[in-house]
Amino acid sequence: MFARRLTFLAAGLGLSCLGYMTIGSRGGWDFLLPFRGTRLAALLLVAVAVSTSTILFQTIARNRILTPSIMGFDALYLLILSVSVFLLGGAGLSETSALARFLVSLGLLIVASVGLFGTLLLQRREDVMRMLLTGVVLATLFRSLSSLIARMIDPNEYSTIQVASYARFSRIETDLLGLSAVLILGVVGIAWRMRHRLDILALGRDAAINLGENPRRRTIEVLILVAVLVAVSTAFVGPIAFLGLLVVSLAHLVTPTGSHGTLLVSSSLIAGIALVGGQTVLERVLGLSTPLAVLIDLLGGLVFLILVLKGARR
Amino acid sequence: MIRITDLSHNLGTSRVLHGIDLTIPKGQITALIGPNGAGKSTLLSLIARLDTPLSGRIDVDELQVGACPTDVLARRLAILPQTPEIAPRLSVAELVGFGRYPHHKGRPTPEDRARVSDAIALLSLDGLAHRSLDTLSGGQRQRALLAMTVAQDTDYLLLDEPLNNLDIAASRSLMTLLRRLCEDFGRTVVVVLHDINYASRYADWKILSTPSCPLGSRAGAMQLVWR
Repeated sequence: MFARRLTFLAAGLGLSCLGYMTIGSRGGWDFLLPFRGTRLAALLLVAVAVSTSTILFQTIARNRILTPSIMGFDALYLLILSVSVFLLGGAGLSETSALARFLVSLGLLIVASVGLFGTLLLQRREDVMRMLLTGVVLATLFRSLSSLIARMIDPNEYSTIQVASYARFSRIETDLLGLSAVLILGVVGIAWRMRHRLDILALGRDAAINLGENPRRRTIEVLILVAVLVAVSTAFVGPIAFLGLLVVSLAHLVTPTGSHGTLLVSSSLIAGIALVGGQTVLERVLGLSTPLAVLIDLLGGLVFLILVLKGARR
Repeated sequence: MIRITDLSHNLGTSRVLHGIDLTIPKGQITALIGPNGAGKSTLLSLIARLDTPLSGRIDVDELQVGACPTDVLARRLAILPQTPEIAPRLSVAELVGFGRYPHHKGRPTPEDRARVSDAIALLSLDGLAHRSLDTLSGGQRQRALLAMTVAQDTDYLLLDEPLNNLDIAASRSLMTLLRRLCEDFGRTVVVVLHDINYASRYADWKILSTPSCPLGSRAGAMQLVWR
């Protein structure tokens, strides 16, 4: 379905990548490939992670307003990171222990998000507005706790958290690229294999049970996948509040279908265009006068307001 | 045959079903009739494992509900809930197609497609197959949902007030269709009805719950009435 539209999107993404690699470059390819290539790969991974996690979360939450970042997933990750820096120290950590901390934070995020959001999502009476409020309250709580910790720790160590706490696209932590690529591609592969089940889950609890699915178990599985995707993308580029909402809403406009097979592809392509294309235009053409995160949050915030004002209609 | 043994269930804190023993015969239409709040829908949702009963046991042929794999039961028994929450942007054909999911798990074969168009034709939805659900009237949507349940091709069909939103002509043709499913295809139909006229005209068995012996009371148990 929508093969032509998907081809157009893929072409757009190809052009964006080409532009990102070539515009304003002066060195040869042996310099460009490792230098810009790794950052391009990181941006593409983040694009896939953010769009996939948003689609997955919206399917199990059964509405199009909530996204992992609105529900406070990335704030929770930053809180866990802050606590670990507080307890273990940050600035002096070697590379291996930085990796260990990432893995421990990831594990904790999975446990905490299944505990918190699992109980929230598995209640019989689903109420979008209450979920939204809970998410906003939780996200604020996590952020306040993080900043409390920030005040308590050594300023040098705080810099570790500070770098992680703001969205950034021009300086990307590429140290974890290999591991992150494996994690993201693995999770996206699992999500792709689940696409038919996701179609069924989107019909609602009763219909899913009637068709022989187990919504309870799937919800927990999907929450784990979302937690991994959010942790990796937050570790890469920091929290980007409205990117997921923006690209998934666009994907629903471009490919209006309930089929997750199509939506996963189209939203990833759109996210790639938004990140790579946006970064190319801002960094290379406009000379980085505005950070991309600001622009994306501005547009995404508008989409969020429109969706809320239109009502919680699915 | 659906066999219900000593089934009790609470909604919130109030006891809705109280130690029910009941056998629903195979290959026939059984109507559940009774006032609002008598526990008819609860009984159906327990049979279809949408809820877990407080105590008691339900068997559908040799399958014990709750113990057998849920996807095995999905090929044996289908339910049309009273107020199904369904994604409104689906087209009728897509919705009915989901009914085949228990059989093909996401990869429809030509046979699945044939069953889907059979179900669409059976419910006379041919002209509407590519319309999206939110452009349909309440009655048309009801028929689309029923087509999905029929396409699931199960021995047992549980229908919770399928006559909602249907006018008299559509109600009669739906009940006639249920009789055909039962007589020509050997399906077992359990249907919650409000109108005792339809029940007397079309159902083989009626399970009544009256104020003097409601579904919930042990004394009344349930009355199985042959038509």
